[in-house]
Amino acid sequence: MLDAMLYALPFLMEGLWVTIEVSFLTVSISLAVGVVLGVALIYGPLPLRLLVRLFSDTIRGIPILVLIFFVYYGFPAIGIDLASFWAAVTALTLFKTAQVIEYVRGAVQSIPQGQTEAAMAIGLTFRERLTNVIFPQAMRRFLPPWINGVTDAVKGSALVSLLGVTDMMYSINQVIGRTYEALPLYILGAAIYFIINYSLSALSRRLERRFSFVQA
Amino acid sequence: MGYDLHFNVIWRNWDKLWGGLLLSLELAVLSIGIGIVIGLTLAVAHVSGNRWVRGAIATYVEAIRNVPLILLVYLVFYGLPQAVDIRYGATTSFVATLSIYAGAYLVEVFRSGLEAIPQGQLDAGRAIGLTPWQRFAHVRLPAMTRITLPALSNTFISLFKDTSVASVIAVPELTWGAQWINLNTFRIVEAYLIATAMYLVTGYVLLFLLRRLERRFRIARHA
Amino acid sequence: MTEPLLAIRDLSKSFGTVQVLKSIDLSVNRGEVVSVIGPSGSGKTTLLRCVNFLESYDGGSITIDGVEVGYDEGRKPRGERALARMRAETGMVFQSFNLFPHLTAAGNVMLGLIKVRGKSKAEAHEIALHWLDRVGLSHRADALPAELSGGQQQRVGIARAVAMEPKILLLDEITSALDPELVGEVLEVVRGLAAEGMTMLMVTHEIAFARDASSRIVFMDAGTVAAEGPPAEFLATADDHPRLSAFLARFRASHF
Repeated sequence: MLDAMLYALPFLMEGLWVTIEVSFLTVSISLAVGVVLGVALIYGPLPLRLLVRLFSDTIRGIPILVLIFFVYYGFPAIGIDLASFWAAVTALTLFKTAQVIEYVRGAVQSIPQGQTEAAMAIGLTFRERLTNVIFPQAMRRFLPPWINGVTDAVKGSALVSLLGVTDMMYSINQVIGRTYEALPLYILGAAIYFIINYSLSALSRRLERRFSFVQA
Repeated sequence: MGYDLHFNVIWRNWDKLWGGLLLSLELAVLSIGIGIVIGLTLAVAHVSGNRWVRGAIATYVEAIRNVPLILLVYLVFYGLPQAVDIRYGATTSFVATLSIYAGAYLVEVFRSGLEAIPQGQLDAGRAIGLTPWQRFAHVRLPAMTRITLPALSNTFISLFKDTSVASVIAVPELTWGAQWINLNTFRIVEAYLIATAMYLVTGYVLLFLLRRLERRFRIARHA
Repeated sequence: MTEPLLAIRDLSKSFGTVQVLKSIDLSVNRGEVVSVIGPSGSGKTTLLRCVNFLESYDGGSITIDGVEVGYDEGRKPRGERALARMRAETGMVFQSFNLFPHLTAAGNVMLGLIKVRGKSKAEAHEIALHWLDRVGLSHRADALPAELSGGQQQRVGIARAVAMEPKILLLDEITSALDPELVGEVLEVVRGLAAEGMTMLMVTHEIAFARDASSRIVFMDAGTVAAEGPPAEFLATADDHPRLSAFLARFRASHF
């Protein structure tokens, strides 16, 4: 059993790199887009708010696996033909963006209206209010679920193997295809995913404590 | 560009999608049912157990929550039979996996539900002479159900979406149905378009029904 | 007679079908302290919020130093930036303090100075310390709001508003959220500012304080200015106004 694991490790490490790449792209793009759309959902004009709401509710209602197939097989029909890697990243990013939108909404709306009014009263513009008053306070509420959501991205990235992207999940199945040692390899894979995600959630708990300044 | 949609093929193979949807729902219902049993049992064990019991439960929860579902599905279906001498089909295997998966999330739900019950209510139960079991059944459980129902609804909807992963071991649920149509007719866009719509509509209908149920339960309890 | 600093003319405002302000006329001269009293729901807080354009208004005008607050010449709402800078000319102190919980006492005062007044950090810090000293809190400059008592928080709130050197200070029931024993320290600060000639418009329930510190008292009832005048005169003729004397009687019964 140990032999099988040792034999597989180098292959898995190559796959792990792709897993990290996919996760990193997904998490960073969705953060940027999600924060903008989240702000649009709260402060935007009504048509924009409805549009973002529709986007978020639709995406969150579709299984990620189906979303991945949809982007890879369905998008070419409307002229968007993506390589499997980018189709996978796009699908996961769409999903993650919808999540970020909801985290932003929850975090920003948890801040009392009085904060906005006080910031208005000293003459801050919308952008100044967001960056100096709203976001620093919303951070505390946003970070823990968001970092927990990073583990979702890592876990979700395993689905990209179904498009033939050679991530860690794919590498595991490849090695099993050669060695027929399914059990030890799946356990090894589970252990690696566990280490990554457990560290991330431990980090999230620490950040949560760090940002828990007492609310007035 | 210039792709023409032809839905006729889809209607001809409608039973693959419709049957798939029904199986998806069945998988989700079975898994949440077994998951609730696992979650509730472990939550009670956690509250009343010693350090070792708590440690074991925490390990189970963390192990499951930090590993991709698809890997667990493979592990149980392809990996486990190499070690244990039990034969099971793909559907059984998936229900087992999703139940264990659901259980890990539900332990936390039930645990916070149990802890959210004010000590005063339990003391009141003790004061009127209820046995520990009676206190559990008549004080803790009803209060906990009320608190945990929304989380249970969310878990159920999320499990329903997770059933799509069963397609990787050829359980003939909805996603598999879409794949089947794709492989046999090449109308891939139509197949996924319809399957996606079916997931969306079913998910939101379920959500609507469950929210109504929650409301009714709250009112009934307060009356 | 010179142009009043704050001139409110024929102001009206509705929330849906409910008209909360009905053709209000009110002016505040430079250096004047005007107290607005009245039963809850009389529109006094809404009036104050309109002056800072935290609420928009439907008709009439509000000018500060001759400049319309929320709208430009064509009665279009001002742009985001113009409006923000306009608001900086009026200081506001809130009933519930609304300090920024992630910033220290000094940080609360400094934010507007840096972002709006364009001061350097060092300058802003110096000004903040000066004003915190004025409200008797220089020793708590580095404390977070959560570490301060209600009275201290409200004094920081006042320092934050006056540090911007507003033309007029708006005070919205600034002692109603405080425990009785903390009211005095806050009113003391307001009294000091009044003595220095700060122009103020305040909504208050402290009738005794309004009598002692104001140049004029305004009684609002059901969205209108029902009576106004210098404190002594105003209170002496209260019996002529049934609604006002009823209001004052209720107050005396509960507060004295």
